[in-house]
Formats: sequence, C-alpha cells, structure tokens
Amino acid sequence: MPSNTTNKILVLALAAVALASPATPAGDQQLSVYAPVATYTLPVLERSGHVYVGLLELLEPLGRVSSESAASSWKIRYNAIDGEFAVGKRRCRIHGRDFDLTAPFQVENARGLVPVASLTTLLPRFLGAPVNFHESSRRLFVGDVAIQPSFQLETGPLPRLLLNFSAPVNPTISTEPGRVRMVFKHDAVVSPGSQSISFDNKVITQANYSESNGVAELDVDATTPLLASFSNNGRTITLAAAPTNTPNAPSTPASAGTANPPTAAPAFGNAPASAGRPLAVVDPAHGGEERGAALTDNLAEKDVTLGFARLLRHELEGRGFAVLLLRDADTTLTLDQRAEAANRARAAVYIALHAVSQGTGARVYTALLPVEQPSQGAFRAWNSAQAPALPVSRSVAAACVAELQKRQFAVHISAASLRPLNNVLMPAVAVELAPGNNDVAALTSANYQDQVATAIAEAVASVRDRLGAQQ
Amino acid sequence: MIPRHLLISVAAMAVLVVAMGIYAGRMRQRAREIAPEAETAPVAAPASGPTETVTLYVADDAAGLLRAQPAKIPLPGGRQQRAEELLRTLLRIYQQPGAAHPLAPAADVRSIYLIDPGAAVIDLNAAFADQHRSGILTEQLTVNSLVETLAANVPGIRRVNILVEGKTRDTLAGHADLTQFFDVQAVGQAVAGQ
Repeated sequence: MPSNTTNKILVLALAAVALASPATPAGDQQLSVYAPVATYTLPVLERSGHVYVGLLELLEPLGRVSSESAASSWKIRYNAIDGEFAVGKRRCRIHGRDFDLTAPFQVENARGLVPVASLTTLLPRFLGAPVNFHESSRRLFVGDVAIQPSFQLETGPLPRLLLNFSAPVNPTISTEPGRVRMVFKHDAVVSPGSQSISFDNKVITQANYSESNGVAELDVDATTPLLASFSNNGRTITLAAAPTNTPNAPSTPASAGTANPPTAAPAFGNAPASAGRPLAVVDPAHGGEERGAALTDNLAEKDVTLGFARLLRHELEGRGFAVLLLRDADTTLTLDQRAEAANRARAAVYIALHAVSQGTGARVYTALLPVEQPSQGAFRAWNSAQAPALPVSRSVAAACVAELQKRQFAVHISAASLRPLNNVLMPAVAVELAPGNNDVAALTSANYQDQVATAIAEAVASVRDRLGAQQ
Repeated sequence: MIPRHLLISVAAMAVLVVAMGIYAGRMRQRAREIAPEAETAPVAAPASGPTETVTLYVADDAAGLLRAQPAKIPLPGGRQQRAEELLRTLLRIYQQPGAAHPLAPAADVRSIYLIDPGAAVIDLNAAFADQHRSGILTEQLTVNSLVETLAANVPGIRRVNILVEGKTRDTLAGHADLTQFFDVQAVGQAVAGQ
C-alpha cells in the first residue's frame, strides 16, 4: 500500500510538472516569411513582453541590405531605402518619414530588433509592396504569394478527397489513428475560408485548418487509414481510403519531428516542385547561432556558405535542376533536420557547402562509413543511410574534381566523418572552399565563387543520368 | 683588561667572517647566472621500458595527408599505457614550433581505454578540442592521425571512439563527427586514397 501511495504521488507530481511546462520552448518560436523570391523562417525573441525579430535578417533574403550600428542609433539600407532607429525609442525614420513602432527598438550584438507587431506597417515602406501578416501565427506574406486550397470529395466504396492548391506544395505528412496531418512549413498555404469543413461521408469526415508558430496545418479526419499521393505537379494531394486487403500498403509513417528520424522515405512525399527535373538539395552549412569557423574577426563560415549556395542554386537551375536550399537566411538547422529535409524531398543529389580560412582551392568529400555494413533488412540505419548511394556519391565527387581541375583549382578529395553526409539517402558530397595564399578575402570574391559554382554545377549535370538510381 | 692577543684574534675572526660572507654572496650570484631557465617544454617521455621502433602517422596540412614517420621511443609493457604513450609522442610532434599540423600546447590525451573485442576509446582533454582549428580537412587529419597511429602500433584495434573530458562531443571543432566509432579499416582506406 505505501508503494501505491508513493506511485500516485509521483504520477501526480509528474503530471503537475507536465502541465506547468510550456507547450513550446521559447527558443523554438519562429516567424515564417513567404515572398516571391524566397521562403524562409527566422527565430523571434521575447523582450519585455514584446516579440522581436532581427530587421537585417528579415530583409536580407529579399534584396541588398546593409546596416550600421552606433552607440545610440542603428541605420539600415535596403536597396535604396534608408531607415534610422534610435535604441530604446519607438520613433524611427524610414525613407524620410517618421514612424512609431509598437515597442521600443532594441539592439543586441549589433543586431537591430523590431517588434513583429510593427511589421505590417514597417515592411511596406522598405519593400514597396503590400504585406499580409498573420500575427498570432507569425506568418508573413509579401506580395501575392498565398496558396489557396480547395476540397473535392469523390464518394464510392473507397472515397477519395482531392486537395487542390493554387501552386505546388510540399508538406510534411504524418498519420495518427483516425487522422492525416499535413504541415506546411515552406508553403504559403492559407485558410480555405473556413477553419473546419465537414464532409457528408462516413469514411472521410472532416478537415481542419490551423496556423501556429510559423506553420500551417491541415488535418483530415477519417474512420479508416488513408493513403496520400501527389499529382498535377504537386498542386493536388489525393487522400484515398486504403483497401483493407492490400498487404503491401505503406505502414503508418513516422511523424515529423522524431528525435532520431528513420531514413525510410516518407510514405507520401515526393518533390513536387521539381516537375520532372531532378532535384538538387544545396545545404549551406552552419547558420543562426552556429557560426561555423571564424574565417576572420568579422567573417563567419555560415555567411560565406549562404552566399555561395545562392550562386550554386542559380548555376544548377540553369542546367535543368530544381534546387532546394535548406536555408536561405541566417537560420539555425540541426544536422538531423538537414538530413531529414533532403530525405523527405527525395532529392537526386545533396551538396553541403563549407568554407575554411586555411589552405588552397577546393576540397571535395564523401561520407566516411564503416567498410562492412551490417545486414539491414527492410530498414536502413540512420548513421549509415548513405551506404547504398556511396558509389554514385564518389562519381559526383570525381566529376567535381575533374571540373575544378579544368579551371586550374587545386583540389583535394577525401572521405570525411562529416554529418549529415552519412544520414542522407541520395548521392551526397560536401565541398569546402579554401582561399589560397591565406587571402580570406578571396572566399567572397565573385570571380572565385562563380568559377567554383560553375564547376560544381557542370559536374553534377555531367552525372545527371546516374543520379536518383538509389531512389 | 682584555689581553691584546685576544683582541687581535677576535678582530681577525670578524674580518674572516665578513670576507667569507662576501665570497658566499658572489658565489650565489654566479650560480644563479649559470643555472638554466625553468624548463617549460614537455619533458622526455616519462615512460620506462625497452625502446621500440613505432610508426607514427603524422598529418601535413599543406599536403592534406598523413605521412608515416618511424620513431624510437621507450614503451611500457601494458597495452593501455603503450597506447597512451604513443599518442603523447604524436602530440609532441604537433606541439613543436613550425609543426605541419599544429595543435594547442595544452592539448593532451587524458586516457585511453581498450575494450575487447577491438574497441579503443581515446579521452582527450578540453584544450585539445576547444583550441583545435575549425575545418573539415584539418579536423579529419587529426582524427585519422590518432586512429591510424593507434591501429598501426596496438594490435587488435578495429574501432575507435573519441571523447573529450570523458564525454561524447558532437564534433571536434565544428566538423569532424565524434558521436560514432571510427572504423579502422575505413579510415585506413581513406588515408591510403589521399
């Protein structure tokens, strides 16, 4: 009996702790921005009861931006628009006109922070375009980018629900008993008009739309398991009741956000944006709080990799690839999140980008994996998921070396224990830029980056036929 | 009345004491000048045992590879002590001025645990990782150098794990993944291919 009492107390205490804990840790709060030129997420900060975001980071993916910090003021220039803010004051001046923020302007580590509640009136002055801000869910739409969903139910013995979107989408899809959940993090999906739609059907009963913390979520309730598939170049998701006598039907996929995600491809995903083109995932290493190597006192590896990634995207797109940049702003991504994004996108190739202050030329790496792989049966181990694709990865690396050498670059090729290379399913390489002659400025030189980006894009295009063989 | 001869004796002894004091002071100063400055560099290998020829795999940043370098060092008999001594000898090469792959002067191996069958765990000190230069190549060369040197001279090691201050660390300095065991055969193939 005493032990039962103790157990009850323990359970009650645990329950009390669980209830007292916030549902989402403060560090995970984010703002999603959807614009015609880029979609990205940024961390937000809570200061004195107000939610803030870095203005420079917010504008950086949208145009040319620079900032200047002084003791009591902070200036920013976006394209040709100047903004001036006073530290601790609400009054600011943008393009010659005064404007009041909803909370005092703040500066932390030379980063200018503005309250997110002011974005709807602040941003149009910089961008010259209308913005639509869903403040409670922190989703910011710049221009006419909203993607509208509509529903079409086809009844019958195995009913199907067709979700039609006005543009291609690529949600994370998971299932739980009686529900299919679609989370739209990178798609500007907005409410279908009503938060809840009921269907006059015994199998597919209801759809619910919600938004929070920078993402939109669409849940479809059903009384039997549903299968999802993409069509119409990613503009249509079809949810169909699974036949009960199909032994090979996909099992319930793992939900998004698993701490150590399985490498099995998502049951329903593909790369809709690619529309027949092979998809290249470009991963600018580091980002956000994780700065990577300090190349100089003012230049971090994360900044060089991001700039170079944008160039490489341009070069790959010019050679017929669809390109997914894993981050298009100064945001933090874990290594597992990077691998998971590449695996879910079912990319044809994964390219990680790094930079270093010592050495010369470029270095190309493939995964360093154990020589003898254990028998894996139907599943692949997370830490050696790359193994089946490694021969093609080496071909990609060899092609990169050949193209770089054609352009007179000193090249080093090797295997490296570098995550997330070993966690991705598709052919994967990492490229590390080195300045040469200890001149770190060369890393940011347009000529140097152009040449390396061209070489890598040429190399990937040259082995295009071999990519995707592991998919 | 003090006898005169006694006064002369006392005066002579006083002069002698003063002279000896001056002489001792000068000797002390001279000894200070001749004595070498305090030795701050690592001392010779403290291990005792027969001198053996071993092969150290020494990293060269500029060339981006490891070079096999024979060395004669006294090695103790126990496998664990032998492994520790090997890596400390390797570190001393990296800590010399002008080393081709410099490591921090305070970098050290805290301990090595050999776990049968075939696993070795290297426990590095915090200075080793905290002051290591960041970059894929330089970090991987360090890892390869430790693994290859250990595997080449301590028979039976097939997998190596690297800890820092007794704990698992994500990366050495932002790149080389330390969360997994390194497969000696795979590292050997990578080194051979460089």
